[in-house]
Amino acid sequence: MTASPSEVPASAARANPVQQLLRARELSLVLLLAVLMGVTTAINPRFLSVGSVRDLLLNVAIIGLVVVGQTVVLLMRHVDLSVSSVVGLSAFLSGALFVAQPSLPLPLALLFGLLLGAVAGTINGLLVAYGRVPALVATLGTLYVYRGADYAIVHGGQINAANLPPSFLNFATGSVLGVPNLVLLVLLVMVGFAVYLGSYRGGREYYAIGSNQEAAVLAGIRVQRRTLTGFVLSGAIAGLAGVLYLARYGTVDASAGSGLELQVIAAAVVGGVSINGGVGTIAGAGIGALLLGVIGSALVTLRAPAFYQQAIQGALLLLAISVDIVLSRRTARRLQGGPK
Amino acid sequence: MKSVRGLLGWEATILALVVLALLGGALLSPDFLTASNLSFLTANFSEIALMALTMTLIIIVAEIDLSVASILGLASALLGTLWAAHVPMPLAILLTFLAGGLAGLLNGLLVTRLGLPSLAVTIGTLALYRGLAYALLGDRAIADFPPFYTNLGFGTVPGTAIPIPMALFAVLAVLTAVLLHATAFGRRLYAIGANSMAARFAGVQVERIKLLLFVMSGLMAALAGIVYTFRFSSARGDNGTGLELGVIAAVLLGGVSIFGGRGSVVGAVAAVFLIGIINGALTIVDVSNEILTIVTGLLLIGSVLVPNLLARLRAARERRAVRPVGDAVS
Repeated sequence: MTASPSEVPASAARANPVQQLLRARELSLVLLLAVLMGVTTAINPRFLSVGSVRDLLLNVAIIGLVVVGQTVVLLMRHVDLSVSSVVGLSAFLSGALFVAQPSLPLPLALLFGLLLGAVAGTINGLLVAYGRVPALVATLGTLYVYRGADYAIVHGGQINAANLPPSFLNFATGSVLGVPNLVLLVLLVMVGFAVYLGSYRGGREYYAIGSNQEAAVLAGIRVQRRTLTGFVLSGAIAGLAGVLYLARYGTVDASAGSGLELQVIAAAVVGGVSINGGVGTIAGAGIGALLLGVIGSALVTLRAPAFYQQAIQGALLLLAISVDIVLSRRTARRLQGGPK
Repeated sequence: MKSVRGLLGWEATILALVVLALLGGALLSPDFLTASNLSFLTANFSEIALMALTMTLIIIVAEIDLSVASILGLASALLGTLWAAHVPMPLAILLTFLAGGLAGLLNGLLVTRLGLPSLAVTIGTLALYRGLAYALLGDRAIADFPPFYTNLGFGTVPGTAIPIPMALFAVLAVLTAVLLHATAFGRRLYAIGANSMAARFAGVQVERIKLLLFVMSGLMAALAGIVYTFRFSSARGDNGTGLELGVIAAVLLGGVSIFGGRGSVVGAVAAVFLIGIINGALTIVDVSNEILTIVTGLLLIGSVLVPNLLARLRAARERRAVRPVGDAVS
């Protein structure tokens, strides 16, 4: 049963079509993105102006960040519905922190959001991993609990840009070489997670758990601990996103981030992250978020009546997941038929 | 058999909690147990109650329908639009049901024909149907409905304090309970939820049944939309936004397993009333909405966590009781 060296290239070759498929999946999304942007620009050249691209990226950044944590959770065949409430709670509380401590340095604010989110994620993780509450039930429950806590703390109040130190607001609008700081920070997190999930043992374990939990247990993976850390990561990232939400929008009340969870899951699903676990990449999820953002902003640029936009986005989401499943099934059939 | 007994235990617990909530409400305020207050209170959750019935069936077959509140909004917007366009009300209601059925049919076709996960499909149609509702009415509201119909929404059954929507719900709840618990169709739903592959081999037409359930869910959401419109005498595109989570929370609290194959109509109905009564009781003593939200969330988590922990405690105790015997044998 020892793995002879000759087996290694064979298994690598076997993994190749799958990798190619994944690459093709992201490639097709990028093509779709290019076509969409091309057509929109052809109709209205202002779509690709520096200002509107910048706005687009800033708008996508928050969803793009939260979807990173959601991907980790989805890979394990779980789901985190509570992210929207964590974003809201973190946005308001970090704002309140600035009101109390106007001289608070930015890194500390980000750290505060991370920690707050991590605590919320730990509660989710404990419920799912050790309390054996299905993730959908647990995080639907904490969606209510965290949002309720948010409302109780905010109590009808509001944080305005006037309450916030200019240095903090400048962080969101400032940029390095033309790329907004906010976007750079999100990209940094994305690259970090992409490398971790792709190349590190811990990251691969998320895939293993989602593909086949029993096999993962037999392979010696500590599934409960891994599940817990997945939810902690998702919560921490949502908490970080809350601070960035505050920086981006400046004005925050108790309903900040409501409904975000569905957009985040939609972005992940469009980006090829399977809700049945084990399949998906950070790059795909990020492109999914970008695609949804571009569709939204293209509809605005093309002056689609505002009230039609949600319907069109919903229809495109359905189209994307339908095409994806049909294509992947065809590929699966071809792969099965291949050796014969 | 054991699981059935366990389930009845859970339903008994929820029903006991309903009684406790009623008593608690009575202690909090002498006005709580009056017919008019209870009438007002139950009318308040009639839409959630209606949609919880079909959601119970859908979750029992291990699917989910997140689009119900959007179908409610679409139905409301369509009803208002048709009425504003001078379509006779009975015809407008009929067309609204038709739209709800079609919305459910699209969900069902995407799930059964393309084999897409219902969670993903109904996130998509949640946006699509809500968008269509906005496309119909924008941010306008249509309010001038005939008194006969609005009275159906906020009136009570003559001679009683029972709100008309609740009477409608009672009839539908009994029908759903009979369908699920006393017919071959109902047994098939449990079979699909427990193991859809095995059910298919046993000759159950899994796809056709799931399709039918999504259509039923769409029709029920349209009914909820009509009730909502008449109860508030207002058709708006954003009617019922976010209600889907409340419906699902109630059904899961009622002991219906998110993994399918387990649950009952009695449990779901009791849970709807539990959440509604707690909300009503806390509102009457001016407990804020935020606390209500937290209580709903905790109830939902507790409904799964507490039985899980109790089961594990019991298992641990049994293991401890058995171990000495096992040691003696070895």
